[in-house]
Amino acid sequence: MVELLLPKNSRPAKGKTWPKPAGAKSLREYHIYRYDPDSDANPRIDTYFVDTSDCGPMILDGLLWIKNKVDPTLTLRRSCREGICGSCSMNINGLNTLACTKGMDDSTGAIKIYPLPHMPVVKDLVPDLSNFYAQHRAIEPWLQTTSETPKTEWKQSIEERSKLDGLYECILCACCSTSCPSYWWNGEKYLGPAALLQAYRWLIDSRDETTQARLDDLEDPFKLYRCHTIMNCAKVCPKGLNPAKAIAEIKKMMVERKVA
Amino acid sequence: MASAYEIIDHEFDVVVVGAGGAGLRATLGMAEQGFNTACITKVFPTRSHTVAAQGGIAASLSNMGPDNWQWHMYDTVKGSDWLGDNDAMEYLARQAPAAIYELEHYGVPFSRTEEGNIYQRPFGGHMTEFGDGPPVQRTCAAADRTGHAILHTLYGQSLRNNAQFFIEYFALDLIMGDDGACEGVIAWKLDDGTMHRFRAKSTVLATGGYGRSFFSATSAHTCTGDGNGMVARAGLPLQDMEFVQFHPTGIYGAGVLITEGARGEGGYLTNSEGERFMERYAPNAKDLASRDVVSRCMTLEIREGRGVGPKKDHIFLHLDHLDPKVLHQRLPGITESAKIFAGVDLTREPIPVLPTVHYNMGGIPANYHGEVLNPTDAEPDRIVPGLMAVGEAACASVHGANRLGSNSLTDLVVFGRAAALRAGEVIDRSAPIPAINKAQDDKIMARFDRLRNANGSKPTAELRDAMQHTMQEDAAVFRTGETLQSGVARMSEIYGRLPDVKVTDRSLIWNTDLVETLELENLMANAMVTVVSAEARHESRGAHAREDFPDRDDVAWRKHSLSWIDDAGKVRLGYRPVHVDPLTPHSDGGIDLKKIAPKVRVY
Repeated sequence: MVELLLPKNSRPAKGKTWPKPAGAKSLREYHIYRYDPDSDANPRIDTYFVDTSDCGPMILDGLLWIKNKVDPTLTLRRSCREGICGSCSMNINGLNTLACTKGMDDSTGAIKIYPLPHMPVVKDLVPDLSNFYAQHRAIEPWLQTTSETPKTEWKQSIEERSKLDGLYECILCACCSTSCPSYWWNGEKYLGPAALLQAYRWLIDSRDETTQARLDDLEDPFKLYRCHTIMNCAKVCPKGLNPAKAIAEIKKMMVERKVA
Repeated sequence: MASAYEIIDHEFDVVVVGAGGAGLRATLGMAEQGFNTACITKVFPTRSHTVAAQGGIAASLSNMGPDNWQWHMYDTVKGSDWLGDNDAMEYLARQAPAAIYELEHYGVPFSRTEEGNIYQRPFGGHMTEFGDGPPVQRTCAAADRTGHAILHTLYGQSLRNNAQFFIEYFALDLIMGDDGACEGVIAWKLDDGTMHRFRAKSTVLATGGYGRSFFSATSAHTCTGDGNGMVARAGLPLQDMEFVQFHPTGIYGAGVLITEGARGEGGYLTNSEGERFMERYAPNAKDLASRDVVSRCMTLEIREGRGVGPKKDHIFLHLDHLDPKVLHQRLPGITESAKIFAGVDLTREPIPVLPTVHYNMGGIPANYHGEVLNPTDAEPDRIVPGLMAVGEAACASVHGANRLGSNSLTDLVVFGRAAALRAGEVIDRSAPIPAINKAQDDKIMARFDRLRNANGSKPTAELRDAMQHTMQEDAAVFRTGETLQSGVARMSEIYGRLPDVKVTDRSLIWNTDLVETLELENLMANAMVTVVSAEARHESRGAHAREDFPDRDDVAWRKHSLSWIDDAGKVRLGYRPVHVDPLTPHSDGGIDLKKIAPKVRVY
């Protein structure tokens, strides 16, 4: 069922405004979604002020400044802080991205931060990504071969290897899938851009020998064909990848094998 | 109060803690051995810090020219400044090629040569002809995202086997039996706040390093030495903790890593006079000398007033002379990082860099099978039954006093696999799983409960900040008796404030305030033993550079430091001998002992 409004108990209320840091010279306002799983209260939007002269330049720096100096209960995932682990994906000023590679000076005014959209929220900015991970698993993201394994490496030309560029770099941050309206509506059955990008990464790997079986698995009205080329995935990918293009390539492979 | 926590039980043959490269490879291997295996990890596997490794993984494949395992072993021995264990280093160098082919067969998207083979690049300290020849191309690369490529591939492989993953579980402490054997681990499940007791015949710690005990580190926020902390609380020693590697090229300010592969592809360092100063210090290897050497030379240049920038406090790394096509093909990741974190277009400008804490050579003492050691004077190689350690958490010791670039990824997969092979030999499949040990459970849960309700006056972040700054200032690239004594005193004082820590969040679901406090205790234990071990070592070796003892002293100090820490933060030191015998005698095709005898280390 399509729901155009959030259920009543999920609608964010106005939260607390935390005091401005004493003696700060330059302040930046953060509006942050808070949800406490231990209480029955609705989620709320808290307001914080970050002293940018005492803090690094990225959105993540601001969030950790708040956690360290103002409110230790603020909850988020983070690890590498350099855009490679994919932990700190969240919705910042309306766009899904990584907090660690997004500069505060990319925008003006209050910075509005929500968890990735349309995922169950565990706490504050931490969504439950179980379904996302299960879909990644479903495309069998490992090399599958039938020939006898060589003693050294499988040969692959520079040109064949270059086909993996723009695909293997995915960091599973889920920015793309959770920005996709089609995924919002059919997230249980449509695999979504991240899983499909990986599906194509293995389909196009010259070493993989199960291409037809992989395509068979995707031949389904929902898994693949719920992509309607909305392109939000390509717009938000913090690594500059283009899942929509990969999905289009899979669709082409489907057609080609039918007419072949 | 501790009994107020309901505990959910799990029984496994093997439980692996950590899901980075070493943890995943060990988990895979354990499952292949037919063991019922659990892998517990505090972050989703592909978010482990292995993902950030850039330049590559070393193995003498000879895809780009002549190479062999003996040259690789020699370079590793020399890189370690003769503190590594020769048996473990031989094992690493000899097993490396098979480990790389295995990764390739798993699906790692290595870059390729014209012949379709795995592409290999030069890296610091990797040379030909037992160090006498020019640099060798030994480091197998997937562009500059090799760790990412390997970690995602290992995760994919682990999905196809039967190992069970427990993701976003924070391991609290080891369950140690009365006989000194490890019987498992207790972990806290973050997303619902439940407690889980994993009892197992073997527990494998693959928890990584503790870079975050310093203020500026390339390490992820999650590199908090949790396994080391658990081992220390179990009353077991840590080894060679004074050896902390500073990577020459962390981005100035942000601390984000720029791979040594940048210099491998032709990049070079300059000072404020535009001079390629490494030519002066290391005439043969130049910018590809080993990391400890390059970091010291950079620090000297800055100290002598030849740093760049308005404060003359950093160095430039030049890649602007390279063909943009090479940068695009081989160094796309750092091109992006330099843009984001330094605002630099590296096709046109140099990157501002500074030596930055990067890797811990020290860790949990282990043999080359991954078995954890609890040495005594009489028995320096005594094994802790039921406990293994692999990867950066472990000290096997293959890196000695200084790790060579691209040997860490090799370490992860070679010793992750070795641990599984050893488990196949030593685990009694018919033996029962260890019984519940109530006294241990109570102790572990009491600690958890104490920290959860900690209501002192010092927020976790404040204590952590004090520790990080102390370590940064007093256990730096260059050390003196004075700075280290200051470090010991300051760290002892900060450690003494731990009972006054304040936790604000009292919840059990995704309480990251409490996670960071548990991590802080782990970091503090690591930091304390690091400064105390460093203060005591009166010589300069590898990454441990003492200005008051500028020379290496093989007579007095070619030995591993051992450090025990008690609840009050008091550190006791001991030592154990270096393994000087390789695995294979020269007469059976092993390396000539004369080749790896200690000598002056010049690059």
